[in-house]
Amino acid sequence: MTKRTDKKNIKKEKIKRVAMPEQDPGKRKKNFNEVALGYTEEDALREASRCLQCKNPKCIEGCPVGIDIKSFIKLIQEKKFNEALGKIRERNSLPAVCGRVCPQEDQCEKACILGIKDSPVAIGRLERYAADRELKRKVQRPEEFASPEITKQCTREKVAVIGSGPGGITCGSELAKLGYRVTIFEALHKPGGVLVYGIPQFRLPKEIVRREIDYVKSLGVKIEVNMVIGKILTLDDLFSEGFKAVFIATGAGLPRFMGIPGENLNGVYSANEYLTRSNLMKAYKFPRYDTPIIRGDKVAVVGGGNVAMDSARVAKRLGAKHVYLIYRRSEEEMPARNEEVKHAREEGIEFKLLASPVEIIGKDGWVHKVRCIKMELGEPDDSGRRRPIPVEGSELNIEVNVVIMAIGQGPNPLLASTIQRLELTGQGNIKADPDTGKTNIEGVFAGGDIATGTATVILAMGAGKNAAAAIDEYIRTSIW
Amino acid sequence: MYKIVKKEKLAEDIERFYLKAPLIARKAKAGQFIVIRINEDGERIPLTIAGHNRSNGTINIVSERVGKTTALLSSLKKGDSIIDIVGPLGNASEIENFGRVICVGGGVGTAPIFPIARELKKTGNYVISIIGARRKDLLILKKEMENTSDELHICSDNGSIGYHGFVSGFLKEYLEENLTGNADKKKDITRVIAIGPAVMMSAVAEVTRPFNIKTIVSLNSIMVDGTGMCGACRIEVGGETKFVCVDGPEFDGHQVNFDLLLSRQKIYCDHEKECMSLYKHKCGLPE
Repeated sequence: MTKRTDKKNIKKEKIKRVAMPEQDPGKRKKNFNEVALGYTEEDALREASRCLQCKNPKCIEGCPVGIDIKSFIKLIQEKKFNEALGKIRERNSLPAVCGRVCPQEDQCEKACILGIKDSPVAIGRLERYAADRELKRKVQRPEEFASPEITKQCTREKVAVIGSGPGGITCGSELAKLGYRVTIFEALHKPGGVLVYGIPQFRLPKEIVRREIDYVKSLGVKIEVNMVIGKILTLDDLFSEGFKAVFIATGAGLPRFMGIPGENLNGVYSANEYLTRSNLMKAYKFPRYDTPIIRGDKVAVVGGGNVAMDSARVAKRLGAKHVYLIYRRSEEEMPARNEEVKHAREEGIEFKLLASPVEIIGKDGWVHKVRCIKMELGEPDDSGRRRPIPVEGSELNIEVNVVIMAIGQGPNPLLASTIQRLELTGQGNIKADPDTGKTNIEGVFAGGDIATGTATVILAMGAGKNAAAAIDEYIRTSIW
Repeated sequence: MYKIVKKEKLAEDIERFYLKAPLIARKAKAGQFIVIRINEDGERIPLTIAGHNRSNGTINIVSERVGKTTALLSSLKKGDSIIDIVGPLGNASEIENFGRVICVGGGVGTAPIFPIARELKKTGNYVISIIGARRKDLLILKKEMENTSDELHICSDNGSIGYHGFVSGFLKEYLEENLTGNADKKKDITRVIAIGPAVMMSAVAEVTRPFNIKTIVSLNSIMVDGTGMCGACRIEVGGETKFVCVDGPEFDGHQVNFDLLLSRQKIYCDHEKECMSLYKHKCGLPE
């Protein structure tokens, strides 16, 4: 054989996308430990080696916050892990979070050239590896990372951010990097928004969120918890206290119910309540923690999004023998990430597709059965998905003792209702310019779910980032 | 952290806590509530603000020892702190000159009725207060209510003080006496505000219904965040689902589905018992 054919053979020997090590489904459905265990260094180097280092990298265009993906993967290839993390952090302050919960398959990885003929580079897993590596070292060698609190002195104008979820955190950290004095106001007792109250431990460990928030604080961002803006301080109070601009990122904190009979029976939860009890209040550790949660042995979850998957998987871990996921369309139309659907199936969640509850039947004030009607799919609707149509006379009862409504969240009206001149959409979202976050009130910006309706962590982060740039420009130029 | 600057015993198992919370004190209005969490493992519970002092930056709450969280609160002393207080939450009471109003306080519900009675009095109302307790030594805030009311009527379940019976029973007799019969003796009552256990508020609403007197009740449902995010506190008012935390806590008593409220208040009964016995065991208290 000549050298030439040798080379050809090596090129032909394709490296397969490195699988994510996971906890065994049989074991993990009984604990709240993280499901995806993360790459080893060997895994990461192997996966990074698949990157072609395209001249014109499409992946970066696919990222809502524009991470220089090509460069950070190059740095991983060179084993320069700290530098790789630094490269990510130039554009994203929450890499350990995004590496876990971003829908990469619809963003950066969707754009990856390798994906045309093969699987795309596992960009999310590499991002997570870089971030976790530092977190791990912080635990092992804390002395190297001593005094992370407020390492930077910010001296420019004061900016207020309302809400410490992904949008607020991103806006705040971007502004702090520019030297602004940022205060983030959080209504709950822990910062992180949906990252702490919504996404379960087994998908996003709270320790990870806490450490990412520590990093944001180290940029000089001040976070005040227990502050319900609109109640303890009004928007006008913030301006009179010297804040030059306000970014509203209060998220989608209004649970939706179906409006069917029996929804107020004991044992019916909004997904928001169910997840908040379990995640934020640690009800899964009751009675070691004081917050209770009903552990039904038969649980119905209504909905087909990520929140529905999270609720179903929490119910399973709380000991339910049967968890039924009731969704009115087919699996194809489910808005949840494929990975979440797969994980839910592996853990034994029973899918009741093409069905929709019409009534919850009670017994002595408690949930006893959920009455569903079968659906069939008609023509596509405004969302492009086929519209579900009830099949007359097809009602059936499913015996359950807990029902969790995970059919979406609306914008929480609490803050907006205290700012009378603020313009809202018909759905109650804040009207904001999609590029800058500017609202109709000078100095007031909004972004994330409160402006767009429920979306993803990374889109809220993108909105936070854009708003930060617009806030900077507004404060520098005073031009609205 | 929020410091307990003063603690007073009002009756057996009932205490008043003065908490340093200047920002909340600055905004608090009669009828609003706070959500507290005592320690890192603690649950979030709502408590009505029983008073506030803007000049020294304190608010006060009155708590009756009934479950683990209130027992834990009761174990704290002056100088101790609780980790979280959120507020002021909910809508303030409607305060204007209605004319003749009746304020009804049952048990520990007398504490939140007091600031409302005081505001109503200040606004020029003729305030008739009816307060009650199971027995004489459990009656709270008698002096304060006396000072802020044009008439004060006291009831006790066992007759150890005042009217022998429930506040709702007294109210019924009072209304019959004052609103029926001789037309020129009639003294119009424009509003009744009742705060206390759900059964008591329900009974008051039933008493006033035939007289067609606007009756406001302040509901004490189970909550988590207190900002409209979870829906744990949902109830039905006039057939519509409402959230007590953001739509209330005060509602038209004639429209409230009290059966549902009572049922929903019992969701975690077994959990509460389990928690309490664990706590007693831990503290070496008799079970």
